[in-house]
Amino acid sequence: MTQKKSNLSHTRRNILKIGGAAAALPLLGGRAFAQMSKVKAAFVLIGTPDDNGWNFGHDLGRLDMLAALGEENVETTVVTNVAEGPDSERVFRELAQQGNDIIFGTSFGYGDAMLKVAKQFPDVKFEWATGFKTASNLSIYNAKFHEGRAVLGTIAGAMSETGVGAYLGSFPIPEVFMGVNAFHLAAQKQNPDFVTKVVYIGSWFDPAKEADAARALIDQGVDVITQHTDGPAALQVAEERGIIGGFGQGADMSAFAPKAHLTAIIDIWGPYYIKAVKSIMDGNWKEGSSWEGLAAGEVVIGPYNPKIPAEVVAAAEAVRLGIIDESIHPYDGLIVDTEGVVRAEVGDVIDDGEFWAAEAWYAKGIEA
Amino acid sequence: MDLTIAMIITMVGASTPILFAATGELVVEKSGVLNLGIEGMMLCGAVIGFAVTFTTGNPWLGVLAAAAAGAASSMIFAVLTLSLSANQVATGLALTIFGLGFSTLFGQPYTGRPIGLFKSVFPPELATDPILRVIFGYSPLVYFSMIMVGVVWWFLYRTRAGLILRAVGESDTSAHSIGYSVTGVRYGAVAFGGAMAGIAGACFPLILTPQWVEGLTGGRGWIALALVVFASWRPFRLLAGAYLFGLIATMELYAKAAGGPFRILPSELWASLPYLATILVLVMISLRREGSTSAPACLGKPFLPTK
Repeated sequence: MTQKKSNLSHTRRNILKIGGAAAALPLLGGRAFAQMSKVKAAFVLIGTPDDNGWNFGHDLGRLDMLAALGEENVETTVVTNVAEGPDSERVFRELAQQGNDIIFGTSFGYGDAMLKVAKQFPDVKFEWATGFKTASNLSIYNAKFHEGRAVLGTIAGAMSETGVGAYLGSFPIPEVFMGVNAFHLAAQKQNPDFVTKVVYIGSWFDPAKEADAARALIDQGVDVITQHTDGPAALQVAEERGIIGGFGQGADMSAFAPKAHLTAIIDIWGPYYIKAVKSIMDGNWKEGSSWEGLAAGEVVIGPYNPKIPAEVVAAAEAVRLGIIDESIHPYDGLIVDTEGVVRAEVGDVIDDGEFWAAEAWYAKGIEA
Repeated sequence: MDLTIAMIITMVGASTPILFAATGELVVEKSGVLNLGIEGMMLCGAVIGFAVTFTTGNPWLGVLAAAAAGAASSMIFAVLTLSLSANQVATGLALTIFGLGFSTLFGQPYTGRPIGLFKSVFPPELATDPILRVIFGYSPLVYFSMIMVGVVWWFLYRTRAGLILRAVGESDTSAHSIGYSVTGVRYGAVAFGGAMAGIAGACFPLILTPQWVEGLTGGRGWIALALVVFASWRPFRLLAGAYLFGLIATMELYAKAAGGPFRILPSELWASLPYLATILVLVMISLRREGSTSAPACLGKPFLPTK
C-alpha cells in the first residue's frame, strides 16, 4: 500500500472548489448552502469514548478537530456501541440521510456496510479507519502502530531478564503480524536470543481471558508483555506479579499499573480528522488512503517509566527518532522467518504494505 | 511442578464466577424456573460490586452490594414471569440485554479506574510454599463458592424447605394442591439465583481483572447455564463441572503460551470444548435414561394457580 498525498496546487484546488460548488448548487439547492455554512461530520464508534483506548483516541481526535476548525463551522454526531457487520449498515444509512457531509467509521468490520451505503449516497464522503478498500467517495485511513511497536520492542529486548517476551493478540490478522514482527525484530537487536511468545485469545473483548492469558505467559517465563488488545487487563497482571512490565495500548494506562507500565503507544487521530474535515470545507476532498506513523504524529510514544535505565531510554529514543528521519526501518534485513526463509536480505527493507497482501509469517524467534 | 501449581491457581480463579452463577441457577431451575438472564444479573453485580468497592475501598461491602444488585435485577424477571406469567425464555433474554445496558450506563464514571484485588485473608506466610499456596492462596470468594455448593446440596436434599422447593419444580400443581405457595417458593429461588449471579459478576473486578469495562463478564453467564445442564442438576457434579470448564479454558491459554506441539488444536476448538462437552453429556444422559432427562419436570413452565 502506498500513501497518496494530495499534491494539488493551490490554484488548481481553488478552481476545483469554485467549479465544484457552482456545478452542485443548482442540483442540490438548500443542501449545498447548508454545507457551505456548517460541515456535518459523523463518527461511528464500536464502543464508547470512555474505554481509555481505541474509541477514546478517536473521540479525542474529534474534539481536536472541533477545536481546530471551530464549532461554528463543524457540527459532529457520535454514534457509540455500533456492532460490526450488517447491523452497522442501518447506522451509516441513517447518518447519510440526516445530511452528514462526511462519516467516519472507526472499525475494520464496518467495511462492507460502508462500501454499500457509500454507493447509495455518492454525495456523502465516507472514511473507513483501518480499512483496505476505497471507492470514489470512500477513503481509508490508518496509523502505523508497528512503528511504535519497534520502540516498545527495543525496551523489551533491553530490559527483559528472562529473554522471553509475550505478545497478546485477539485474532491473527495482518495488523498483528506487522506489530509482532516489528516488536520482535527490534527486541532482537538488543538481545539476539530474544523470544516472543504470541498468544491469541480468540476474542475481541474478554478482559478476564486476557488476564488469564497474561498469567499463563508469566508462569512460563515471560517478563515483558505487550498486548494488541485494548484494555489494561494484562498490565494489571504484570503489576500484580511484579514482572518487568508491559505497555499501554492506544492510551497511557499507567494509572492501572504504575510500576509495570513502561510506556505506551498512543494514537493521535486529530491531525487526520482536521485534514479530512477541512477538505470538505474547502471542497477538495479526494478518495485516498492515509497511513501515517511516528513522523506525522499519528502514533506517539508515551512517557517512559522512571525505572527504565537511561541507556535503554536512549536506545528507544534512537529507534523512535530513526524511524522519524527514516534512517531506521522497522523491517530492515536480515530478516529470516520461522521456516528459515529469508524475507529480507541485509540492506533491504520490507515495505510495510506488503503485510496486507502476504500470508502470515513470523520472524525467527517468535513462537506462535 | 511449579507450572502445574500456577495453572491450578489460574484455573480456580477462572472457575469461581462460573461456579457461583451455576450454583444459583441450579436452585432456580430446581424450583421449575428457567432464568436465561444470568449474564445480565452478573453484569449488574459486577458494576455495583466494582462501584461499591471503588467508593468504600472495602471488597466485602462490594460483594454484599453485588449480591443485592443481582437479586434486585432478578426481581424484574420474577415479577414478569411469576406474577404476570410472561414467557420465561423471552424474559430471561430481555434481562440479559437489560443488564448489559444498565451496567454500561451505570458504569460509565467507573471506566478506566483501577481498584485493588480482593486478596487472600490468610497470613502471607501460609502461602509461601507452592503446595500451601494451592490451599491458602485464594480470595475469600473462592472458598465461599465451594462452601455454597455444600450449602445448596444440604438445603436441597437434607432440609424440608429444600424438599418443598424440589416438589415445586417437579410438580407445581401437586405442591399447590397441598397448600404450598408455588409462586412464593419460586420468588425465593429466583432471588437466591440473582444474588449468586451478582456475586459471580463481582468476581470479575475483585479477583480476575480489577477494572470495570462494559461487557466485563464476556459471556460466562452462558457457560454457567450450560454447566447446570452438564451437571444434570446435581450440586457436586456442578462443582466438578465448573472446575472442568475452568481447566479447559485455562489449559487453552497455557498450551498456547507453551508453544510447540500444544498449538495443534485451533483456539476455536478450545473455546467450544465446554459446549461440546455439554452436548456429549446431554446425549449420554438421554441414552441412559431412555430419552428422559433429569431436568425438573416443570422447568420453564409458567404456573397458573387457577387451573
